[in-house]
Amino acid sequence: MSPEMIRLIAASTGETLYMVAVSALIATILGLPLGVFLATSAKGELFAAPWVNRVLGLIVNATRSTPFIILVVAIIPFTRLIAGTSIGTNAAIVPLTIAATPFIARLIEGAIREVDQGLIEAARAFGASPLQIVLKVLIPEALPGIVLGLTLAIVSLLGFSAMVGAVGGGGLGDLGIRYGYQRFMPEMMLAVVVVLIVLVQAVQSIGDRLARRLNKRIRHA
Amino acid sequence: MNAPLAYIGDTPAQRLIPAQPIVRLEKVSKTFPGRDGQPVTALRGIDLAVPQGSILGVIGRSGAGKSTLIRLVNGLEKPSSGKVIVDGADIAALPEAALRHARRSIGMIFQHFNLLSSRTAADNIALPLEVAGFGKAEIRTRVEELLALVGLSDKRNRYPSELSGGQKQRVGIARALATKPKVLLSDEATSALDPETTRSILDLLARINEELGLTILLITHEMAVIRNIAREVAVIEGGGIVEQGDVFEVFTRPRHEVTRSFLADESGRALPSYVASRLRTEATAGSQAVIRIGFRGPHATDPVLARLARDLGIEANILSGSVDEIAGRPFGTLVVGVPEASAAATLDFLKKHGLDTEVLGYVA
Repeated sequence: MSPEMIRLIAASTGETLYMVAVSALIATILGLPLGVFLATSAKGELFAAPWVNRVLGLIVNATRSTPFIILVVAIIPFTRLIAGTSIGTNAAIVPLTIAATPFIARLIEGAIREVDQGLIEAARAFGASPLQIVLKVLIPEALPGIVLGLTLAIVSLLGFSAMVGAVGGGGLGDLGIRYGYQRFMPEMMLAVVVVLIVLVQAVQSIGDRLARRLNKRIRHA
Repeated sequence: MNAPLAYIGDTPAQRLIPAQPIVRLEKVSKTFPGRDGQPVTALRGIDLAVPQGSILGVIGRSGAGKSTLIRLVNGLEKPSSGKVIVDGADIAALPEAALRHARRSIGMIFQHFNLLSSRTAADNIALPLEVAGFGKAEIRTRVEELLALVGLSDKRNRYPSELSGGQKQRVGIARALATKPKVLLSDEATSALDPETTRSILDLLARINEELGLTILLITHEMAVIRNIAREVAVIEGGGIVEQGDVFEVFTRPRHEVTRSFLADESGRALPSYVASRLRTEATAGSQAVIRIGFRGPHATDPVLARLARDLGIEANILSGSVDEIAGRPFGTLVVGVPEASAAATLDFLKKHGLDTEVLGYVA
């Protein structure tokens, strides 16, 4: 493998990590409150607002059912508005974030809903406000589940990021298509796949380990 | 009119006057919207007063409405009608923020403990204090006091998953006491525990009641809980209170069917199966009358059967019996069989000796 190829792979890996990290970060910042709200706003819950809950749920589902590559193309005007351009790595962050936010919101909603209702009742009984219940009970108790959800979301983002080559987003997927496929360089394709496998493995094991350490429900030997 | 009485204040004589109820439910009803649009009535016309410093137990089968009842007291449920007065404030009428404040003086413990798995014992106890906005140093001292009170100082850094059921409930109790409440609500707090652990938790609650003067309102479906700790009892069935009063009174002279059925599970009240299976409601020629005799207080140790034989020449057949302690007072139950012909004379004799009697039926 030539030094040139290694340089290309390193640069693309950097782009991928950059896109995934930034979009995962923004999507978590947006998805966390959204997920918490989805989990607590149905009828009879802490922030009961059944209609808002239903409308948000619809928007989340609609976004999640749009194929990512279509989403990328469909929101180009919006991407241009936000990023100032519709091509390049920075531009790619916009559709990645938009795709990841509802996904993360649903995962966090699931994790929060796993929290025993009895804890909410206990917290209400000792005088906690709904916001205190979210911050001091629901999020800390759901944290292992949230970490596992975010791990899954980051792994999915690694996959999605391979598609943003379509809008000149760069990254490993783009490299694999342009060199490995279009220029008939199977060794480049293989290298890209190997790097992605290593990245996914790393993210997954870090996430698993962190979740396990946060989970106090299981007795540690 | 009552105002001058209040000035008698802290004289010892005043303490003899029955304590003011700290929790009072007045004509409380609660209906839930049912699944098919038909409202479901959980509670109807409940009147209940919990005197300050007492331990009142509400016993009922599951579905009788006792969970709803206890949740009305700290406003986790709102009554459909009626008033819930705790420490002078109408809980049902309080706005949300004031209600949250009021809840700090009403502690609650739960059947499944409801501890945060992500916090250690000490941090679980600290949570209500954090929520109430106490300072770090203050929280630390208070948590240490509470850990010592429930006997868990050596477990302060353990997570709930590392504690036994009894230890978890001790943490639950400490957490409920953190904000120095005036009332403690106990929602089936020992139902998930084995008898021995139940005993130790009840002892702890009794000690807290005595040492801190804390009023305890507990709900349970277990007779043993009421018998061991409560001073007053209310029996709830089908959303209404069917019997209420001093534990010893109610349990030694149960008036309602439901109360009797709870007592039937207790030792000495249940008939041996060989008697129960042959029991008839009508007397036949040569049959024996089965009589239950209740020995209360001063008569609990009277040799009444010996006197029955000596004075009337009636020989009673002992079928089952026990001597129990209810609310700290002895109470004996004896089930005897006497020839049907002597039944009336026997009952008369027993009543004259101040004993409670009940004809359960006849065996051939």
